[in-house]
Amino acid sequence: MTPEVVFDMKEVILSIRNLKTYFFTRRGVVRAVDGIDFDLVKGETLCLVGESGCGKTVTALSILGLIDSPPGRIVDGEIHYGNIDLMRCPRDQMRHIRGKEIAMIFQDAQSALNPVFTIGNQIVEQIKLHSEADNREAKEKAISLLEEVGIPSPEKVANYYPHQLSGGMKQRAMIAMSLSCDPQILIADEPTTAVDVTTKAQILDVFQRLKNTRQISLLFITHELGVVSEIGDRVVVMYAGKRVETAKVSELLTNPIFQHPYTTSLIKCLPDITGERDRLESIPGTVPSLIDLPGGCLFHPRCAKAMAICREEEPPPVTVTRGHTVFCHLYSR
Amino acid sequence: MLNHKLLDVKDLKKYYPVTGGLLSRHLGDVKAVDGVSFHIKEGETLGLVGESGCGKSTLGRTILRLEEPTEGEIIYRGTDITKLDRKGLRGLRKEIQIVFQDPQSSLDPRMTVGRSIGEALLIHGMGDEKEREQRVAEMLERVGLEGQHALRYPHEFSSGQRQRIGIARAFSVNPNLIIADEPVSALDVSIQAQILNLMLDLREEFGLAYLFIAHDLSVIRQISHQVAVMYLGKIVELAEKGEIFENTLHPYTEALLSAIPHIGQKRKRILLQGSVPSPLNPPAGCRFHTRCHRVLPICSQKEPPLKDVGNDHLVACHLY
Repeated sequence: MTPEVVFDMKEVILSIRNLKTYFFTRRGVVRAVDGIDFDLVKGETLCLVGESGCGKTVTALSILGLIDSPPGRIVDGEIHYGNIDLMRCPRDQMRHIRGKEIAMIFQDAQSALNPVFTIGNQIVEQIKLHSEADNREAKEKAISLLEEVGIPSPEKVANYYPHQLSGGMKQRAMIAMSLSCDPQILIADEPTTAVDVTTKAQILDVFQRLKNTRQISLLFITHELGVVSEIGDRVVVMYAGKRVETAKVSELLTNPIFQHPYTTSLIKCLPDITGERDRLESIPGTVPSLIDLPGGCLFHPRCAKAMAICREEEPPPVTVTRGHTVFCHLYSR
Repeated sequence: MLNHKLLDVKDLKKYYPVTGGLLSRHLGDVKAVDGVSFHIKEGETLGLVGESGCGKSTLGRTILRLEEPTEGEIIYRGTDITKLDRKGLRGLRKEIQIVFQDPQSSLDPRMTVGRSIGEALLIHGMGDEKEREQRVAEMLERVGLEGQHALRYPHEFSSGQRQRIGIARAFSVNPNLIIADEPVSALDVSIQAQILNLMLDLREEFGLAYLFIAHDLSVIRQISHQVAVMYLGKIVELAEKGEIFENTLHPYTEALLSAIPHIGQKRKRILLQGSVPSPLNPPAGCRFHTRCHRVLPICSQKEPPLKDVGNDHLVACHLY
């Protein structure tokens, strides 16, 4: 299965085909990621959206070769970074790419930072690991990075330990650290989840500025379509380890005619600040167990528009317009 | 009389003393809640909104006397809660229950869910063993789980299900007021919608009142009748829901509203810089003036009083 051509002329920097990452547990095989395809184009922000447990984070960890094995294993598929095949490249090369070429920001800044080193030290360590810089140069770079992500008085903050910073500040420090080797690709795993609204707005503002100043390619993982609308260029909606829809953000959110019912539900369950609705439309139930998946379309047990065929056959990809693909029987005629 | 006050909080203060040095001298106070007044009518919901560290949770806990108030009155149906003894408090906690933010740490991992819920009934002397078991099963079903789930342990549930269990426990003793301390902040959007709908349904069915604490105004809008906005221990704006959203007055409320990421047209965003200042040493004058986008010279000198500007709309700002 080949995904649609996204942008003809633009350079694809990361390409993922038919990625399958399974976890082999005593209770059975967990199909966390089950045949995902997408391309990340240079300079764009691609959002990966879906509920908890639908394989977003596992996809990101697979790209970086960070799947714990056992129990996890990438059983099939291809991941290409430029011309490099990330699944077959030697460990040394992978270590060089990870952090320097492709950097990641984790959801929980609290536990991703080392509590016994200062913020400055942790950034300096990473700079020195990937470059020839001496201590003084690395320190200067660390401070300029902290400044770039909007931390006030960066010289002072560089000497702080993580516990001395607020949640928002820690998240910024993480972003500064991830930028320390000027990566080509930044993977951000739910950087705005579990922070309050004002901090969320500040973090989104930092990403917006990075997009403008650095031309960085951003793979942004979130479960909130409001955030997607603010920051994304294109979006891949995932459900139970599979891709259900790929589209430009502008088209997905403003043209609901060919929307996947799952995407529609994710939009409708957002509380609306205009307050027009009494009740939110929630999606009944939860993401199915990835060990015991339903047959046919994986979303059919929770889908309001499910038909007979949805229980039997897996939906084929339907190209609605160029760059907009939906996996749903509603549109496959 | 219909619509009378269920809970009336008057000038409530909660200070935490800071001591230091050899003789533990009193160095100052962290003014977590600093003179807050509001009331909640029977069957109504007051939404309390603000950033982390502005004293929302402390306020909620002080009303239940999980924290001892420093000053002020909390009148619940005519009785002043601040003066209750141990026995009185136990009776009170049958009337006022709390749902916590983190469903993971608010359930005992070594107790079955049935025992966790049943314990509340046992403490308040409700029914015999058989009746309690029945009540537990009934409550679990009411919140969308199954009766037989009573035999399972918390780790066997997802976070959304655990939050349902927390809600079942709070409702099991038939309270009149529930303090919901950010019950949906830690949940996925789809689960958040389920829990909000559940709380709306239960409110209708049981006819009770909520003090609903959150940092997201869009969640608050979904569930509240009245909205109070809190900043650094003080209420800066309080009004009926429609009024506060249609006619937003305080710059802090404006900033909170504009911070919500939303779908569709991009709006101009008021970006608040930094975080809430330390309540140990709050800014002079209006506490918000250091981050305010509409600051006036007077704001750093004089503290604005909370005053009614019409339509029962209270606001503490020099602009009005």
